[in-house]
Amino acid sequence: MRQLCKGNVAIVKGAILAGCKAYYGYPITPASEIAEAAALYFPQVGGTFLQAESEIAAINMVYGAAATGQRVMSASSGPGLSLMQEGISYCAGSELPCVIVDIVRGGPGLGNIAPEQSDYFAMVKGGGHGCYRNFVLAPASVQEMADLTVLAFELADTYRNPAIILADGFIGQMMEPLELDYREAKLPEKPWAVQGTHETRKNVISSIFLEPDDLEAHIRKLEAKYIRASRLEARHETFETNDAEVLLVGYGITSRVLRSAVEMARREGLKAGLFRPITLWPFPKEALRKAASKVSKVLVVELSNGQMVEDVRLSLEGKVPVEFYGRTGGNVPSVEEIHSQLMQRVMSLV
Amino acid sequence: MSTDTKLDAQASEILAAGYEVTHSKSPLFYDHYERKADLQQQTHYCPGCGHGIAHKLIAEALEELGLQDKTIFVSPVGCSVFAYYYFDTGNVQMAHGRAPAGATAIKRACPGKIVISYQGDGDLAAIGTAEIIHAANRGENITVFFVNNAIYGMTGGQMAPTTLVGQRSTTSPFGRRPINEGFPMHVCELIASLEAPAYIERVALSDNKNIMKARKAIRKALELQRDGVGFSFVEILSPCPTIWGKDPVEARKWIAEKMIPQFPLNVFRDHKHDPVVNNPVPHHTIPETLEIQTTDQGPRPELPKHQHHFQQFEIKVAGFGGQGVLLLGQLLTEMGMREGLEVSWLPSYGPEMRSGSAHCHVCLSKNRIGTPLISHPDVLVAMNEISLRKFAPQVASGGLILYNASRLPEDFELPQARVICIPASEIADKLGSTKSTNIVMMGALLEETECLLTATAEGVLETKVKKVELKEINRKALAAGHDFIDHYVRVGAVTQPDGFAY
Repeated sequence: MRQLCKGNVAIVKGAILAGCKAYYGYPITPASEIAEAAALYFPQVGGTFLQAESEIAAINMVYGAAATGQRVMSASSGPGLSLMQEGISYCAGSELPCVIVDIVRGGPGLGNIAPEQSDYFAMVKGGGHGCYRNFVLAPASVQEMADLTVLAFELADTYRNPAIILADGFIGQMMEPLELDYREAKLPEKPWAVQGTHETRKNVISSIFLEPDDLEAHIRKLEAKYIRASRLEARHETFETNDAEVLLVGYGITSRVLRSAVEMARREGLKAGLFRPITLWPFPKEALRKAASKVSKVLVVELSNGQMVEDVRLSLEGKVPVEFYGRTGGNVPSVEEIHSQLMQRVMSLV
Repeated sequence: MSTDTKLDAQASEILAAGYEVTHSKSPLFYDHYERKADLQQQTHYCPGCGHGIAHKLIAEALEELGLQDKTIFVSPVGCSVFAYYYFDTGNVQMAHGRAPAGATAIKRACPGKIVISYQGDGDLAAIGTAEIIHAANRGENITVFFVNNAIYGMTGGQMAPTTLVGQRSTTSPFGRRPINEGFPMHVCELIASLEAPAYIERVALSDNKNIMKARKAIRKALELQRDGVGFSFVEILSPCPTIWGKDPVEARKWIAEKMIPQFPLNVFRDHKHDPVVNNPVPHHTIPETLEIQTTDQGPRPELPKHQHHFQQFEIKVAGFGGQGVLLLGQLLTEMGMREGLEVSWLPSYGPEMRSGSAHCHVCLSKNRIGTPLISHPDVLVAMNEISLRKFAPQVASGGLILYNASRLPEDFELPQARVICIPASEIADKLGSTKSTNIVMMGALLEETECLLTATAEGVLETKVKKVELKEINRKALAAGHDFIDHYVRVGAVTQPDGFAY
């Protein structure tokens, strides 16, 4: 049965359904409802909620809990994620599975609390130090806030790697119907975890490899994992791409506006289509290439001055002209605005 | 790894030959210890370093207390980053300064286990100040061993927060100058100002007598954790001969002569915290907590059938924060969902919600909703004049504006939409609560547009409004909004801005 739910709250509901047992976090707008919902729900179902003294402490608590094999999460927004980057790098280096949510707000610096998609580089390209990758999932609806959180926990455990939910202030704040199905979470065995038992006494969780050859071997091992994930875990959604002449590309809230723009364009006889990456890492390169194979132009729209567009261009290897339209500062383009951008750019083709 | 059975055999032979063996290798030692690549038979610490002694004291205590299997040792960044070479326990290596944060979560995940955070002075008292203070303040049931040697060892002799006044380091080449670097940090004293910690003691590895005291303190700290008493903290003044440029004997002397006067040895806290009252936490199943209704909860109430006259219907609600603007939007969204539609609700959010204006976008649709952001609403519910002026020009041509007032502002230019003025605040006041203004507007909206059923509204109000006295007023408010359209607008009893009447 459907319940009306806020995006931020849906994340916590999804996490609990995924068997997450602990939440460590620090409040920040527009992600605070996640901490509030976690504070309300986790203790009631026997889990742990702790408001940390900072995002730095929070991510290191996540590291500690993950080291014991617990499913654990944290959430914040841009500035908090900047503080967490060292800890996320440690989690990746020590191969600790965890889920971290970024409800992106306007930056840089204090910026504002309105929605942006300007943390793409920070989350998708690493952000912290060293050769590592995060899984990055980009929900576009309240239902996906819950569903992709469940998926994030599964990917994190399967690959022993951090997984990020990259959403924006709008998806976090909006309410939509949410359908949840309860079944007991199946948690994988984690023989590597440190649990204070005779069996796990031998285990060490660490990311230090002083010898260059040792560290290189570790990095190669991580890289092999990332290559495997790139082949298997890319996810995307298309809308009206079969006969599309122009392809719009966007994720998260932007993809919702683009979907409406495709409908508007088609009402006026322009064959537009939408490609929405669901995983930003791994980026759905192959699927994008396929969707763009017959179009004459690609228009990437982001709430940034152009971040994901680089991955689109890398994927399409110059075979199709890729143009960009971005809004920042918390401005979300209207359907009419995208439509007019689309028409201008299509007219320039003639 | 394998235990040294050869040595045991040798020992038995000696015993059989009639010799008394007073010392033998601990059975815990291995021929080859995988965690340690090189240096199998020696430590990586410098000669005379205090870490070796501290490690030994902790390891002995763990063994004597039978806690080895239960222990999770959290090592820091610093010389003791490789503590897992020497402690055959579960081990988690943490980022610089963050061991108490990690230990907090480890202990909460494994409450019955022994969690040790072992940290140096740079790690604990500089970069990790926040983490140690807050772990102590929460009274985490962990044990922290704080090895204070007044210098950064691993990075090669930079100034620590505990470096003595006048003490030279590579980053205080003229000696620590309080005018530039402040005074040495007294961590035990700092932590002793907090309520929660159970045990705080400072010891020194300066001579055998003090080492024996350190041994006792370490053992006690672990016992207290084992017994669940609370946060235990032992600061260990420790020699660093290499960086201090002294031989091991001089280094010990320096602790006694220079460090102890600055960092007096003392038991700063040794009592269990008085019991406090914690509010109870209710316990529920996951489906209950997450409001997931399972099928075995009986038949669902029969929903009224409604043939919606639209493919998509968009409503913007705007007004002052506190006028129930966001709630009205949520109620309409909930109603749409109950009538089987796709719905979305998007608020304006942020600090302006409390004092200034607030608005929200409501989409009701028969199909999957694209953008939840409404550019041209079919209906604007304007709860105040600012909202009317701001959003009226956006309303779709042929759309509707419901305005909470008995008349339009005089200089207001009529847009391409119909406007109905409803003195909803006055009506709600008369019913007993201004809070129901939004519900009067809802009644009018439903009656005028028939986008959703009044019966659905009644059902939603019944379940979503918790206060009993407000429920009754809301029922009346809904009817009053409804009646206002019927009686006053349709029969023209109240002149509306565009003179429109049925």
